[in-house]
Amino acid sequence: MHAVAADGVWKYFGDYPALRGAGLEVSRGSCVALIGRNGAGKTTLLRILAGLSKPSKGTIAIDGRIGYLGHGIGVYDDLSAVENLMLFGRLAGLPNPKESALAALEHVGLTRVKDGLAREFSRGMRQRLAIARAFLHNPDLLLLDEPFTSLDDRAIAVLQQLLTEARKRGSTIVMSTHQIREAMELASDVALLERGRIVFSGPRSNEMTLDPGFLYRTYGEGSSGEVRA
Amino acid sequence: MAALAIAGKDLRTEWRTRESLNSAVSFALVILVLFSFAFDLDREERLAISGGLLWLVYAFAGALIVNRSFAREVPNDCLEVLTSSVRGWSIFLGKSVACFVLLLLVELISLPIFGLFYNIRWTGSFFALALVMALSTWGITVVGTALSAITVNVRLRELMLPVLLYPLMIPLLIGAMEMTTGLLNGNAVLSDIRLLIVYDVMFTAISLYLIEFILVI
Repeated sequence: MHAVAADGVWKYFGDYPALRGAGLEVSRGSCVALIGRNGAGKTTLLRILAGLSKPSKGTIAIDGRIGYLGHGIGVYDDLSAVENLMLFGRLAGLPNPKESALAALEHVGLTRVKDGLAREFSRGMRQRLAIARAFLHNPDLLLLDEPFTSLDDRAIAVLQQLLTEARKRGSTIVMSTHQIREAMELASDVALLERGRIVFSGPRSNEMTLDPGFLYRTYGEGSSGEVRA
Repeated sequence: MAALAIAGKDLRTEWRTRESLNSAVSFALVILVLFSFAFDLDREERLAISGGLLWLVYAFAGALIVNRSFAREVPNDCLEVLTSSVRGWSIFLGKSVACFVLLLLVELISLPIFGLFYNIRWTGSFFALALVMALSTWGITVVGTALSAITVNVRLRELMLPVLLYPLMIPLLIGAMEMTTGLLNGNAVLSDIRLLIVYDVMFTAISLYLIEFILVI
């Protein structure tokens, strides 16, 4: 049983196909770095997997509870840090939302400002609150859309620590990214998305880690590599 | 449970910001007071227009409240996170309950002012009036919340929502106006109560069915 199984997924925006028959299977407990250029369809695919958008064609099967971190931080400015996390804890059906919220705030270093309104936080603090929100309910599947983009150093460290812990717990992670080096440190698998198609999907190799351009040269458009989607 | 959490969140943030409550209460009071000075009506005329006046004010105040319902989720892409966390119908029900409480609050604040300025005794048939108000208010909020979800990403949503909302409210408002006028005149008429119930059940069911298609496109 796969944590994620997407088969022949098409998504049209008007006449434009953002996804053209994308297929992706993600094994439980793996961490997939979804790589591709701007406009390749990474965000569209992740939004479909998160249930935020419907595919025009194709099928999606998801196993387990989802934690989603998109481009927006997804926290309420007029609620305090602890109120924000308690709300999402209740929505996730946690037995003790307040306890979970306080533990999550401690994890991301926001205990001192737990009663402060999110609107009064610095950008870095809001990002850490958003990370705490995504990991709050120990999701089985984490869908992260360019999670390292525009994070400060502390937030990057917090995110990397939480991702490492999530992997140890057996959570499945799918993250789109442009930061290939950072993603490769965590990823067990790699999927390359080009013009709405998955042109490569498989385990991470040493070449990919050492040479960020390897994937594009070998499997990207204009390469001689076979499509291994 | 999720719906209650969302309703609680909406009421808490509204209590802190008073974005829609202040504008809806001010609007209702200003219209009622201005109307009382604008026309020199005798008692019978005042009683004849009482239901119509009250429900027009509540309908416009309701539009101000439901307009903020889904718009509240726009900053920081909160709607994305909500939609990925819970089913659409939970979000819809939670938001409808929050709007219902807020509009009922506006009605409870403005009703005594209406009684005072128009010299109309409204306490005589309070429970029948409360039933009409509860059913009609649910109808306004349920249709308004569904339309708020439809127009949340529209650039001119403040204009679009009333344009779509008022025509849909016509049957509900006719029933509410007639019964309220009757009750304020001392006639315990609840002949149109079935209309309100059918309207509420029908639009709640339609909205619950359609909300997934509205939120996830």
